[in-house]
Amino acid sequence: MAAFVLSRVAQAIPVLLTVGLIAFAMFKFVGDPVTIMLGTTYTEEQKIALIHDLGLDQPFIVQYGRFMWNAVHGNFGLSYRLARPVMELINERLPATLELAGTAATLALLVGVSMGVFTGINRTALSARLIMIFSLVGVSLPPFLFGILLILVFSVGLGWFPSFGRGEVVHFSHWSTGFLTWAGLKALVLPAVTLGLFQMTLMMRLVRAEMLDVLRSDYIKFARARGLGPRAINFGHALKNTLVPVITIAGLQIGGIIAFSIVTETVFQWPGMGLLFVQSVQVADIPVMAAYLMLVSVIFVAINLMVDLLYYAVDPRLRMTRAAAR
Amino acid sequence: MWARAWDSDLAYNFRHSPVAVVSALVLLVLLVACLFCDWLAPSNPFDLASLDLMESLKPPALSPEGGWDHVLGTDGQGRDVLAGIMYGARISFVVGIASVLFAVAVGITVGLIAGYAGGIVDSVLMRVADVQLSFPAILIALLVDGVVSATISGQARERSQIYVIIFSIGISFWPQFARTVRGSTMMERGRDYVMAARVIGLSAPRIMVTHILPNVLGPVLVIGTLTLGLAIISEATLSFLGVGLPATQPSVGTLIRIGNDFLFSGEWWITIFPGLTLVLIVLSINLLGDWLRDALDPRLR
Repeated sequence: MAAFVLSRVAQAIPVLLTVGLIAFAMFKFVGDPVTIMLGTTYTEEQKIALIHDLGLDQPFIVQYGRFMWNAVHGNFGLSYRLARPVMELINERLPATLELAGTAATLALLVGVSMGVFTGINRTALSARLIMIFSLVGVSLPPFLFGILLILVFSVGLGWFPSFGRGEVVHFSHWSTGFLTWAGLKALVLPAVTLGLFQMTLMMRLVRAEMLDVLRSDYIKFARARGLGPRAINFGHALKNTLVPVITIAGLQIGGIIAFSIVTETVFQWPGMGLLFVQSVQVADIPVMAAYLMLVSVIFVAINLMVDLLYYAVDPRLRMTRAAAR
Repeated sequence: MWARAWDSDLAYNFRHSPVAVVSALVLLVLLVACLFCDWLAPSNPFDLASLDLMESLKPPALSPEGGWDHVLGTDGQGRDVLAGIMYGARISFVVGIASVLFAVAVGITVGLIAGYAGGIVDSVLMRVADVQLSFPAILIALLVDGVVSATISGQARERSQIYVIIFSIGISFWPQFARTVRGSTMMERGRDYVMAARVIGLSAPRIMVTHILPNVLGPVLVIGTLTLGLAIISEATLSFLGVGLPATQPSVGTLIRIGNDFLFSGEWWITIFPGLTLVLIVLSINLLGDWLRDALDPRLR
């Protein structure tokens, strides 16, 4: 177990180093931060002072070493666009993104799995067929378009939910939350549904397919023959055995949720990291882009590791084969 | 030859699948509409003479105050929404198809080399593909787009943007193709006909291209069709985020972004009609891709 975790961590290090190199290369070769920050009118002294402040007059290898050292310490320098420390900006916006992504993922998992079980068990029922048709639309509908439709219906048309921002937030020392106010919760509804829809439909189709597969197998027939009730069969036996692929896809989809939070945050002007990233891409604000890239890759590596560990907990057979393979 | 094609398994399967026929027809109508938009569109949205502020923000024909002059209404500068969609969909198709072709070309090259060479070349190339696959494609495309367009300055940026987009989307989708081609190449490499080709002294590139490649193209076609839908969505997403095609070269995604500003004042048609077009394009491509996958490989059904 410990050896397995160590080997996975060892595999993750070159990935992170490569991402770091890409991030640094972006710094080194893209754009001219000095002209971006100074605007159109500046004196030669101002320019030299700024170049020195940003450390751009140092040799390549010194800049690279310093970049990696600083990155490990969470220091990515100043944003070219806002002239403020990048980590400060990201810390401000992290809570918004995490709350949105967490809510969307929970929604996708709960609704997706239960609808998947429902359509898997009653696959000939009319309601199950309707849900399947809706899910096909859900897969083909780009997230930003779905968000626009929700705004049109529920904000512009019915006026039930706000169309932008986080509503009212409560500040703690390092965290700001929208969970504690009514306005904050209302503001969360549309973005979370938008972000969760794709994952929800995916989850549902997956659980349904797995359920159909498992329900055909011999041990389910045997459980029926033993006289077990439908509840014990469907949930105790069938659902449990669909969990391995569900965990894999769910883990991978957390990455998707983080990526698509960029789109959702732009549609709803949600003040999170994704919106910050898009605004930075538009003006080539490299420090913010680099920091976001590295943060996201750390998150992805961590998720992949957790998914691997969950396999251990769920599927006893894997422990055997992994041990045998070594 | 036509009779033989009509009689083949694939054509038979197609004729007996209503979903495939309908989506192919929808796709055909959309393709014809935007290929011949110069003649079919009610006006040319790029023609400055078609701007008419008096005609701006006219609602579509079926709403109470709409007129039949502009079937789908007009935008904030008096341009016909239908014409805008036809020209925009053409750009969306071009970018989507070009980026998939680019991804296929890179993927096939890498996959063939990795699968045929094996060993360290294989491990290095596939490790790169694996790392890239663990990041969502849209994130890669967004990043590549941001970095590449930052290196191009001022005037040239707007004109080159379409190539930058094709490159960014193409580069974000190559690993799927590379993995598939590599898998099939490794299977084919051990077959007798490859051995025979090697025995008569053909060079490795020649064997890869003329002997192995034709035998690994089937799955590439299926993944390519399904990726086309994703590529068109990716382009629309980038354009919607404001880092894709500029307003001077609007794709469907750009139109949605422009229309989004009018949503709150009630002019819904500027956004919704391009949006519906996008959904129609992607849905019919996806359904066609699903059908193709089932038809070419009955085991996957």
